[in-house]
Amino acid sequence: MPGLALEAVGHVYPGGVRALDGVDLRIELGERVALVGQNGSGKTTLVRHLNGLLRPTSGRVLHDEADVASATVARLARSVGLVFQDPDRQIFAGSVRAEVEFGPRNLGLGGAELAAAVDAALIAVGLAAEARTNPYDLGASRRKLLALASVLAMRTPVLVLDEPTTGQDLRGVATVRRVIDEAHAAGRTVIAVTHDMDFAASAFDRVVVMREGRIILDGPPASVFAESAWDVLRSTYLEPPLAATIGARLGLGATPTDAALLAALAGAA
Amino acid sequence: MLALESVGYTYAGAGRPALHDVNLELQDGEVVGLVGASEAGKTTLCLVASGLAPRSMGGTLTGRLMLDGVDAAPLAIHQLGERVGIAFASAATQLSGVSGTVYEEVAFGPMNLGLPASDVIARTDRALAALRIGELAGRDPAHLSGGQQQLVAIAGLVALGPAHLVLDEPTAQLDPAGTAMVAEALVRLAADGASILVAEHKTDLLAGICARVVALDAGRILIDGPAADVLGDPRLPELGVVAPAARRLRRAARDVGLPAATLARLEEALA
Repeated sequence: MPGLALEAVGHVYPGGVRALDGVDLRIELGERVALVGQNGSGKTTLVRHLNGLLRPTSGRVLHDEADVASATVARLARSVGLVFQDPDRQIFAGSVRAEVEFGPRNLGLGGAELAAAVDAALIAVGLAAEARTNPYDLGASRRKLLALASVLAMRTPVLVLDEPTTGQDLRGVATVRRVIDEAHAAGRTVIAVTHDMDFAASAFDRVVVMREGRIILDGPPASVFAESAWDVLRSTYLEPPLAATIGARLGLGATPTDAALLAALAGAA
Repeated sequence: MLALESVGYTYAGAGRPALHDVNLELQDGEVVGLVGASEAGKTTLCLVASGLAPRSMGGTLTGRLMLDGVDAAPLAIHQLGERVGIAFASAATQLSGVSGTVYEEVAFGPMNLGLPASDVIARTDRALAALRIGELAGRDPAHLSGGQQQLVAIAGLVALGPAHLVLDEPTAQLDPAGTAMVAEALVRLAADGASILVAEHKTDLLAGICARVVALDAGRILIDGPAADVLGDPRLPELGVVAPAARRLRRAARDVGLPAATLARLEEALA
């Protein structure tokens, strides 16, 4: 699998709210894509089309060039793992380990293979020592990392994270970054919805900006956060990362991340 | 003034305290930021400062919560709600879910105080005006943006007339525009005399609205001082706190050893 593609996807919720309005998007295997935009711009609606939780009311969703209109959510879940924004919509088991086992077991894993998948996921999010803990004895930020682990353990080729850094402290954000890097190194696709422009610019290769159900910018951070794109960003109340603003002010070109800005400063010195 | 005097707190069934010997005073008109790692005690401190812990959730409190010189412990819940309000990250959990309009939602609290209709109307109008959401009065709260919902939730608190507000990550689920909306509202409420405690991971936001910031570590206040000092404190990363963007950039520029002239150029651009 899978390249993912949305072709002219529209989604109108019952009641008439048009959440997606003609979205064309292709994501190749192994890409790291951040999806940004205002609350209500359609980001969450879009990612829920990737694993069939929502179906387009017009247009098509393709996995590896094949229309998935007739594929069940259960089948699509083998390809696309989705971590919800609110972990409490996802968590139900009596222990951290049981929570993480549920997904891969349903994919048919058992025995040593299941144990290895669960262990690796718990280690990745830093919860190995909490395997026997009741999920609700963890604080909200660690419950969120648990929800991430339970999807990681399914080892899907595509990982979709809805606002993974919300409510995370410095260490939590570093953990999320490490998970993304490791998934990327393993050749998996990572797609994340986020409001954090620093995170979008520094942890992803590509940034897709949405407004009112449409994609208005799509490219590498250096172009999406370049000065020439600021008017479009500001049309949807987004500000570029500070590093991008400072780089432009100093005439250093597009410097969407702190690292890019420091490199440009060192080069100009 | 809201004051925590030698406060310790242990959750019901917990083996050890979540807060130790916390002393904190908030003056009227002051916005105080609260930072710290996850599970450092920020939410617990918010629950205690609002009087919800131990009142609504059990557990054991040592020390006292004082509201304008009055011990909060013996106050009835409606008296407490008129002195201090608390808001959480999710406006959805805060809103009543039973109001068809924003106006009814904001009026819900004062109506439950049993006030005469004219007082309820006056308080509701005042709260809507304070949050500048008068034009939303006829809208269904369920069909607002996240930022607007959070403003409605805060207006519902303000309508109860508390002198003190406690907000636990009020912008966590909000986009940049919604975050800015809440920040501006807090500044206005403080200008009107409210004392405000706001726990946040977004230190850029705190840098913009707080004169003072308190950093928690393992249930204790580790740093308490002017926002510029605390948010520039080199211990923040060890405390699990992401420093404001400009601070991070300055520090990184020094750490990579850029020449003084280049650092000066960066400093000028940051100013």
